[in-house]
Amino acid sequence: MALKVDDLTVARGGVPVLAGISFEVADGAALVLRGPNGIGKTTLLRTLAGLQPAITGHIDFPEDTGAYASHADGIKAQLTVTENLGFWGDVHGADVPDTVFEAFDLTDLRDRVAGTLSAGQKRRLGLARLGVIGRKVLFLDEPTVSLDGFSVKMFATWLRESHLAKGGIAVIATHIDLGLDAPELELSPYKATADTAGGSDEAFL
Amino acid sequence: MIALLKRDLTLAVRAGGGFGLGLAFFLIVIVLVPFGVGPEAEVLARIAPGMLWVAALLAALLSLDRIFALDFEDGSLPLLATSPLPLEGVALMKGVAHWVTTGLPLTIAAPLLGFLLNLSPSAYLWLLGSLALGTPALSMIGTFGAAVTVGLKRGGLLMSLLVLPLYVPTLIFGSEAVRRGAGGFDATIPMLMVAGITLGCFALLPFAAAAALRVNLR
Repeated sequence: MALKVDDLTVARGGVPVLAGISFEVADGAALVLRGPNGIGKTTLLRTLAGLQPAITGHIDFPEDTGAYASHADGIKAQLTVTENLGFWGDVHGADVPDTVFEAFDLTDLRDRVAGTLSAGQKRRLGLARLGVIGRKVLFLDEPTVSLDGFSVKMFATWLRESHLAKGGIAVIATHIDLGLDAPELELSPYKATADTAGGSDEAFL
Repeated sequence: MIALLKRDLTLAVRAGGGFGLGLAFFLIVIVLVPFGVGPEAEVLARIAPGMLWVAALLAALLSLDRIFALDFEDGSLPLLATSPLPLEGVALMKGVAHWVTTGLPLTIAAPLLGFLLNLSPSAYLWLLGSLALGTPALSMIGTFGAAVTVGLKRGGLLMSLLVLPLYVPTLIFGSEAVRRGAGGFDATIPMLMVAGITLGCFALLPFAAAAALRVNLR
């Protein structure tokens, strides 16, 4: 089952930002979202992940297979790297495989308290969560922020070989080239106009 | 869901987790009361049930804004919302974790502090019982309040204003049970009322809290 999006309109704070988006991503494929700041990449990803409702349109992928990752990693500073990953594993009913530590270069950091990690190391830990929870459809919002070139390559390799190669799907908003052989979707043409249907729900807030 | 409870309890006892804050606050308030109202044993004995309950209630209020705020700030909340856990279960476990770290220590410490206020000996059992039955309701109502105000700047203050009026029924029946116990009367009826409030809160409020979280996560 692939990810299918049909005539989607998404809104931020009750104001439509993107309208008429349709695309399809097959199993084992990725889609890269492009567009200037503020165009609505994050809003689109949050809507796809089910964190906020769409104004119009359909999002179709098997239920409970999506995972969302943004710049906020959900890392608890007081827990160790292993405990952080173990928690997300428990929540998703999965074990933490050793390969995840290797894939994200966290082997030496396993027993470090997450609060003492650098920004890039934290980011790697946040991304390693995706390797633990075993979700099929990943919605990634700027996954490479604060990663160095080497780590970016490492993440791209993991995405290609451990996720996409196993039939996973990824929708990625990013400004850099991940080196993935993936189609790009430029969002600028979908910018919502003032007369886009849906309008404001401010009155109910 | 047990994983979430386990994590929250671990976080509470680690550095900066705030475990014991409510308890220390409870202790200090009760110690301050005799300084404020004077040392007459009779006066203290008469106000002890109410003071103990009001202090327990304020101590429980102290750590409420942390229930969801920390998870909201570090981004755990949207990740939990997209996980297989239902948000209702998340809210329930948050309430339970808050009770274990706040309500339970308060309940255990209350009889010792009752001694400081010259609480009548016949009331100790009722004090222990009414707090054990009533503090879970305080935690669950507080979890709902925290869910409504999550993501708001200075939401803690607003939450106190929302939550305190909702604490009134628990306070009335809880302290009434202790007062009747102190007077040597049967306190079964207020105890049953407190138990009813707690059960009602646990049956309904996880759903209300989850609905509030969904709106606030948008």
